[in-house]
Amino acid sequence: MAEVTLRGVVKRFKDNVAIKGLDLTIADGEFVVLLGPTGAGKTTTLRLIAGLERPEQGSISIGGEEVGGLPPSARDVAFVFQQYSLYPHLSVYENLAFPLRSPARRMDKLEIDRRVRDTARAVRIDHKLGNRATRLSGGEMQRVAIGRAMVRQPAIYLMDEPLSSLDAKLRAEMRLELKRIQQDLGATLLYVTHDQIEAMTMADRIGILKDGELVQIGTPREIYTAPRNTHVATRLGQPAINLLPRGLIPDADAAVAAQTIGARTEHLVIAKATNGDGVVDWIEHLGDQNHLHVRVGERKIITLAPPDSPLAAGDQVAIRYKDPLYFDANGDRLGGTP
Amino acid sequence: MSLTTAHSVVVPSTTSKRIAAVLIIAYALISIVPLLWIFATSFKTPPDSIAYPPKILFQPSTEGYCNLFTTRTRQTAEYIASLPPATSFCDEVTRKRNMVIAGPSNFLPRFVNSLIIAFGSTFCAVFLGTLAAYGFSRFKVPLADDLLFFILSTRMMPPIAVAIPIYLMYRELGLSDSALGMILLYTAVNVSLAVWLLKGFIDEIPREYEEAAMIDGYTRLQAFWKVVLPQATTGIAATAIFCLIFAWNEYAFAALLTSGTAQTAPPFIPTIIGEGGQDWPAVAAGTTIFLVPILVFTILLRKQLLRGITFGAVRK
Repeated sequence: MAEVTLRGVVKRFKDNVAIKGLDLTIADGEFVVLLGPTGAGKTTTLRLIAGLERPEQGSISIGGEEVGGLPPSARDVAFVFQQYSLYPHLSVYENLAFPLRSPARRMDKLEIDRRVRDTARAVRIDHKLGNRATRLSGGEMQRVAIGRAMVRQPAIYLMDEPLSSLDAKLRAEMRLELKRIQQDLGATLLYVTHDQIEAMTMADRIGILKDGELVQIGTPREIYTAPRNTHVATRLGQPAINLLPRGLIPDADAAVAAQTIGARTEHLVIAKATNGDGVVDWIEHLGDQNHLHVRVGERKIITLAPPDSPLAAGDQVAIRYKDPLYFDANGDRLGGTP
Repeated sequence: MSLTTAHSVVVPSTTSKRIAAVLIIAYALISIVPLLWIFATSFKTPPDSIAYPPKILFQPSTEGYCNLFTTRTRQTAEYIASLPPATSFCDEVTRKRNMVIAGPSNFLPRFVNSLIIAFGSTFCAVFLGTLAAYGFSRFKVPLADDLLFFILSTRMMPPIAVAIPIYLMYRELGLSDSALGMILLYTAVNVSLAVWLLKGFIDEIPREYEEAAMIDGYTRLQAFWKVVLPQATTGIAATAIFCLIFAWNEYAFAALLTSGTAQTAPPFIPTIIGEGGQDWPAVAAGTTIFLVPILVFTILLRKQLLRGITFGAVRK
């Protein structure tokens, strides 16, 4: 395990700049999640660290050693791909043993066998060691893929949306399992996703990428409660934050510079009122909670309501802010980092 | 067949399966009749082979095979009577036709030439084709499209169109009538087919596998060997069969460029006619034996061809 540092990394693909001067340090034993939409440069960042792409500028170091010129095999990283994860012509056992059998390692047979079996147990696939990789369910395949990364102790684990191809239930299980495994190993892990729940539940720190730039990095709590700008604010929270123009509903204590007010569910107090600020448009019943769609003038606010809420479609409601987030004309949060 | 079986839109109905089966059987019969006739002729005696009406049922004889493997000279009855008793079946049938065996024929060395040249050129074409296809598939080759078109363009004319320049070139280079020359020629003809076929197969293998292997501590060449090749076996087997069939059956260049030491079986077999009459059983015997290697090769690789490509480890 080691610290991984990127400094001023730039990567271009023909005319398109995929990464624009990225600075990022992943501390030893840290679980960092990069969150961003498709095309933000998440996967490219992983591939740069792995050595599958070469940066045009900047330096990448693993454990203090500059690795910019090294081929992937010399970098001591492990990669879990989003798909195409297992060698289809090999059994589960052979897939797990594959990294250990590399000419770069030359490990002895007994040691390989011991490690493969230990790893298989850790990812709970030891009962399927003899199966062909193609004869597994999606969850099992991804467990083997994670196992193949774990079977050696690399400087850093790089994971590219490893759970995105799984169904919701399995994804929830794997999230917990992955976090448990990472803590057990004390592993350094850089994880890429566009799923905010994965980011919130697993990360020590979340980095928000947009158009090849790191907009903000911090603990999930920081990113959620103190987003640097509206882009970061919309990344986390379900339902998404409501970005409302000033003056839509009473906002007496807003600073002069505040142009946009960001209101999550916890920033809104909604009560039934005659002659209120808005009208309940629609209620989605999710069982444990309701999604409340409120129309205010031309705008729509989406928020949560308890399932026993007395509100119904067509009701007039009064809406008040409670410590919302304020953003200036550029979308930067007031009181946030300059 | 149970009547309760639900009708599925993707599973063909029994009627259409039956029609398909009838068509396939009819096609197979039409294709196989000439081969069976050749096989039957190889076991006929020369008079039976040219009998009219043709004989479907006949007394089998290995005379054709005797004649194929031997050269014979015509002798007087007195001379034959003076010889010691015949020691083998071949001696016996030869003497009945007032001939004696003078020595082995050239069939065996010609057949061996065919094996060396066909398998040698197939190996070279598939080897070079795999490497070239991998290069075109994975790397940014300058002018890749033009190069691929150029490679394909060598197939746009019948190879025999360049027979004269090749004949002259080979004479100058001393490659005429040499196994090396024929291997080079068939490799050159087949390599374009091999590159194009294999590029298709290798394009289908996601490059994530090699990237994974390289991160797992393998060099690109090792990754190619351990990860790409095993997944490309189906394509390689199919390509090898096509190359082999061409090189094995090729007649025109072989007739033109080989006459002695490097002559292959296809130009040799017709020369059997003429040595002591129209010896159809010997020709048929030569053809039958000639068919065996390609038959065996295809049957051996049939499983590879049918296995299909395992993209199952991927969840798309």
